[in-house]
Amino acid sequence: MTTTQSTEVPTKAAIRPATSTAVRVQNAVIKYGFIFVTVALFLYFALSEGSFRESATLLDTLRYVSVAAILGLGVTLTMAVGGMDMSVGAVAGLGVSVAAQTMVVFNQVGTVAILAVLVAGALAGLLNALLIVVLKIPDMLATLGTMFVIQGSKLILVDGQSITPGMTMSDGSTAPGRFTDGFLKIDRGTVLGIPISVLIFGGLTIAAWVFLARTRWGRVLYAIGANPEASRLAGIRVGAHRALAYVISGVLASVGGLILASRIGQGDVSAGTSQLLEAVAVALVGTSVLGRGRPNVWGTALGAVLIGIITTGLTIKGLPYYTQDVVEGAVLILALVFSFTLSKRRTA
Amino acid sequence: MSPTESGPSGTVPAVGLTDVSMAFGGKTVLASVTLDIAPGSVVALLGANGAGKSTLIKILSGVHTDHGGEVRVDGRPVALASPLAARQLGIQTVHQRIGEGIVPGLTVAENLVFEELAQKRGNPFLSGRTTLARAREIQAGLGLDWSDQVLKQDVGELGISDRQLLILARALATRPRLLILDEPTSALSAAEAQRLFALVERMREDGIAVLYVSHRLGEIDALADRLVVLRDGLLTEDQARPFDWDAALRAMLAQSQEVTTARPVREGAEGEVALSLRGVRLFEGRAPLDLDLRAGEVTGVVGLLGAGKTELARGLFGAEPFATGAVELDGTAYAPRRPSDAIRAGVHLVPEDRHADALVPGWSVARNISLPFLKSFSRAGLMNRPKEDALGRETIEALGVVTRDEHSTVEELSGGNQQKVVVGRWLAHTPRVLILDEPFRGVDIGARRDIGRRARALAAEGAAVLVLSADVDEVLEVADRVVVLAAGEVHLDAYGEDAERDRVIQTISASV
Repeated sequence: MTTTQSTEVPTKAAIRPATSTAVRVQNAVIKYGFIFVTVALFLYFALSEGSFRESATLLDTLRYVSVAAILGLGVTLTMAVGGMDMSVGAVAGLGVSVAAQTMVVFNQVGTVAILAVLVAGALAGLLNALLIVVLKIPDMLATLGTMFVIQGSKLILVDGQSITPGMTMSDGSTAPGRFTDGFLKIDRGTVLGIPISVLIFGGLTIAAWVFLARTRWGRVLYAIGANPEASRLAGIRVGAHRALAYVISGVLASVGGLILASRIGQGDVSAGTSQLLEAVAVALVGTSVLGRGRPNVWGTALGAVLIGIITTGLTIKGLPYYTQDVVEGAVLILALVFSFTLSKRRTA
Repeated sequence: MSPTESGPSGTVPAVGLTDVSMAFGGKTVLASVTLDIAPGSVVALLGANGAGKSTLIKILSGVHTDHGGEVRVDGRPVALASPLAARQLGIQTVHQRIGEGIVPGLTVAENLVFEELAQKRGNPFLSGRTTLARAREIQAGLGLDWSDQVLKQDVGELGISDRQLLILARALATRPRLLILDEPTSALSAAEAQRLFALVERMREDGIAVLYVSHRLGEIDALADRLVVLRDGLLTEDQARPFDWDAALRAMLAQSQEVTTARPVREGAEGEVALSLRGVRLFEGRAPLDLDLRAGEVTGVVGLLGAGKTELARGLFGAEPFATGAVELDGTAYAPRRPSDAIRAGVHLVPEDRHADALVPGWSVARNISLPFLKSFSRAGLMNRPKEDALGRETIEALGVVTRDEHSTVEELSGGNQQKVVVGRWLAHTPRVLILDEPFRGVDIGARRDIGRRARALAAEGAAVLVLSADVDEVLEVADRVVVLAAGEVHLDAYGEDAERDRVIQTISASV
């Protein structure tokens, strides 16, 4: 009828890629490969090791990964806006110290400690936002800077020492408080047999998924990550939304810190350090789940579960703990091959 | 297939194609194209978006290797197995998007010799001196007069037309048999285009065959020896000079009705003033500008690169607020500090560069359309996807976007259809003022007409529409009123008969 319709033929890209068997297999591998690997590994461990089948082991696995997973959710949000939060491990560690300080030194109840930790996380996120949005420092460098600053100032705060109940303080007196029972339940307590930390992990995953995939704010974050200038010219307040992503990431990291503090039961100064790389790794692994090639919440959660299955499985198999890093690293690289190499080839 | 040693007339074509075809997933995109391009001839290739032009270019530049038929260079059948192979066989392509050809961070000289740097086998250590010397040679061969100071600059400091000359110079330094120019003037002003045309004339004299792909009929009329038209993957028209434009356009658009739109009708200012600019300075140190944009009419602003068109558009939209002056929107003060302010006030912009400034890559048509008004597709923050998809379908229907459906990613669409998506996103909430900055760049004639028609319809509904372009004909086609802008100042402001083509062009050339 109209000219355009009669003169246009679909261009190359308008046509679905050829559906030869090889291409179909490759697409399936990219899309479901990671889920397949997860399920296969799970079955392998479950069939070969009796103790792996026990529900206590499985829940322990989830409990173990919950901290890295929750930190990874924050990293996922910042990756959605095209950035990266390298400070999540330090913020979690800060949370551990703040929790210990509040309860042990200032003799406050658990609720106050929880609030103090969440506020500290939000402040750390605001600091990142200030550096990135206002002072225009590239995301990765800015958050690397905050990582060091937070780690360092945390050490100053506690005089370089771990805070333990009953410890002697600098003025010679004994620390008046202790980790409250309620606070220790965060990691150690259960509801209907499920550890509270696992419930927090599940709840936050669902909340983050709704936020990122189903609300307009999530849509805006992805738009900014994909084309910031086009987003600005579509009327989006780019700076405010990037700041939002970093503040949420800071708060999520502090929730991870709460779980960690509850798990350790003292203000360990080195807490959180090892969580950074795991958090970044699960978020990156997550980009390859379902072949999306972009940060997404379910991917991150699944990536964390996969890493948990592997570590627990290999531990039960008797592999020494120090081989874990190599295995996790290999998983990450494999995931990146899925995300970048294979999916690029598909769209080329 | 036996090699054809020579054409029927006895001259060996620089590049010959016999029965070249291409299909994607069973769908024929190019059907049996046979075309001989003689040395020293300029062949213009016309076709609506999606007609198969880019596929043909990609075959010749070695990107699509699995085509049918035969390609010959100087009579010998060749395999264009990769972009490098195509270049080594003497087929050079200068693509529409200039950014793809230059390497940011290197100097102008390094960019000029880049291809040689990338392939050089000998001394792996670069000396600034030899690079500069070779760069001088290459640019001299093109008759460019860049000083050493320019050559030592970072390439990012070159303007867009100089970057294009750089890429051309680099392509010509390899002494190609065939040079493919894909929409070479789409980012150039008239004067810059003239410089390019002079270069094409030189190539002709040097015996280089040129395949000139353009939507601009005036250029083809001035440059080409021959024109061919692609439609639906078929060569439907092959003319030597003098060209029969009516037949060519009909072959291209498959429509026998008149091809050019009649001039709009409004002969003078009628509607009430929607936007009024007082004392707005587009450039530091230039005279301030006063301008009224009226509701119900399309105002066309013509000007060369650097005239201030984009500054005007971005200022009104709050993307780069005006430093001085006052603007009123329907009688109340209007000073948008950011695009979101402008959008709330009903002032919308279709930016100049749709890839960089408008489209979200990897997103569907529907999501690209809903982006500016996400609030109206959500409740308590939750997205209402069915409503969003419905708007996508409506927009596709209203603007005639050629796409599989609203879920196709924007990359799957041709340039003209992408532009329709960008225009369409602003139609969800009827705009008070719609600003279109170079809306027809890289857009085929069919889409250009659809967009122009849409802009006129919007004006008829009472909006003030502002179209900014460097192309006089594009503006005349759609505007009631024509404003000529040069260096941030108004040089002509006329309606109807007074805004006649020759007068507009004269004003522009007098203002330079």
